[in-house]
Amino acid sequence: MSKVQQISVFAQNKPGKIKRVTDILSRNSINIRAITIASGDEYGVIKLLVDDPGKAYQALAEKGLSVALNEVLAIKMEDKPGGLHRIMEILAENNINVEDAYGFVIKSGKIAVLVVNVKDIKKAKEVLLFKRIHLLEEKDLYQL
Amino acid sequence: MREKDIQYLDKEQLYELQLSRFKRTIERLFTSSPFYSKLWKKSGISPDKIKSLQDIRRFPFTSREDLRRNFPFGLLTLPLEKVVRVHTSTGTTGKPKAIFFSKRDINEAARLIARSMKMTGAKRGDVFQNMMSYGLFTGGLIFHYGAERLGVLVIPAGAGNTERQIELMQDFKTTIVHITPSYALYLADVLEERGVDPKNDLDLRIFYLGAEPYSEETRDKIEKIYGVDAFNSYGLSEMNGPGVAFECKRKDGMHVWEDNFILEIIDPLTGENLPDGEEGELVLSTINREAMPIIRYRTGDITYVYPEKCRCGRTHRRISRIKGRVDDMFIIRGVNVFPSEVERIIMNFPEVARNYQIILERESSLEVMRVKVEIKKRFFDGSIEHLRSLQERIKNKIKSELMVTPKVELIEPGTLPRTTGKSRRVIDNRKL
Repeated sequence: MSKVQQISVFAQNKPGKIKRVTDILSRNSINIRAITIASGDEYGVIKLLVDDPGKAYQALAEKGLSVALNEVLAIKMEDKPGGLHRIMEILAENNINVEDAYGFVIKSGKIAVLVVNVKDIKKAKEVLLFKRIHLLEEKDLYQL
Repeated sequence: MREKDIQYLDKEQLYELQLSRFKRTIERLFTSSPFYSKLWKKSGISPDKIKSLQDIRRFPFTSREDLRRNFPFGLLTLPLEKVVRVHTSTGTTGKPKAIFFSKRDINEAARLIARSMKMTGAKRGDVFQNMMSYGLFTGGLIFHYGAERLGVLVIPAGAGNTERQIELMQDFKTTIVHITPSYALYLADVLEERGVDPKNDLDLRIFYLGAEPYSEETRDKIEKIYGVDAFNSYGLSEMNGPGVAFECKRKDGMHVWEDNFILEIIDPLTGENLPDGEEGELVLSTINREAMPIIRYRTGDITYVYPEKCRCGRTHRRISRIKGRVDDMFIIRGVNVFPSEVERIIMNFPEVARNYQIILERESSLEVMRVKVEIKKRFFDGSIEHLRSLQERIKNKIKSELMVTPKVELIEPGTLPRTTGKSRRVIDNRKL
């Protein structure tokens, strides 16, 4: 099963900082599936799911940005009440702390994707798979 | 007196020598310096009242501003036909300062350099490549004269032209160099590119580092790269240039040549004298100079005097590596802070890159010290938690060491303006 990798970029909270990232990605024909920004006061971390994380990492690093590549869980959910709750229940039961998470809907009313950052990714994978939760692979994200 | 004897004079003899030279200097200035005689008469000082060296404390300070205001000839005490050289030192603002030398002054300045070089192990047969700028800057010429006086072979290479520096070192088998620390590091890179191993392919054994502030870590690095002994030195044009103070082989503080200078440390705010061991502004008086004696010159450099005698046996007291400049010091919420202290603290974090900035602001009525720190790219792992924890650790370290709670900002490497040399690390926006 191929990993889902998330790109993180360290940036100051200033106008134009996200534009710099999207500019580099578009020039390299990299498609963005999801973006979220975690903010400290004066700085933030831009997190992105893209179709080619390796290429994105290299393109951003070459331009001198502080960038990291991390594995995350991409969980497929049904887009209906209780969908997210079920996932959180499983993680809580197994004492897995969610560092941060964000979601996006792929086809309205049908499929939602929850992206989760956890410390022990291997354990999280195991318990979710055990409960028959569908984890997405990198390629799935762009074929849905 | 022989050079060697002067260095090992016992305390009382050194004191007597200083006192008699001090008295003679003051007497001469009263009759030959309009600047000083006017200044001192105004303060009610007369030369016959000097009983001890303590009496120097009654004399007013001489400031850099005094030198600028009286540029070019105002502090000269000899007729022009007895003066053989002038060096100038450009300030960051306004007019330069002019320093005049008689023939004897140059000989005395050279004597101190020769003494210092000998102290560190230089001797006849050594080949000395002087990579300091010649010309108006004292660091080149004065050192040159000192080296010749000692009797080593001098290569007056001057600054820059790295290719030729390397050729000279190879052709003449240079053993000693006088160099700025930043150029020493740059030269090492170029040598590596050329495939020259500084340790084995060259004959270097002694480095004299000076003319810009640098840390103990930089010295260690230079010593390791080149396989040499690197010695710290202190000087300023106003006091003849290089060779005011020099490290001995112990490399533990710089001996100030007290037969030529009177050394004081003062509180830069009140002007009060401080005891040995306490940090403050270095104040120097020349007591063996003809053309342009200067009394109680505020150097602006922050240091302290080592209270204990050096194990090398020399009685001339030692000062520490210069910690910073008085002009750089700022006061925030009643606490004196030197940018160099902030630098030392943040540079101890491996996550931190080389650049930083301190911004002083007023938020409502409260003063705030904002410290912007560039972090290394490889430290960033995507986790905002790690960033927050680093921010917190830096904040707490500064708070516990400096008694000021800063606001720490982490920023991307390469965001702050690159500065060369004397950079503006502190931005004060507190003006009302």
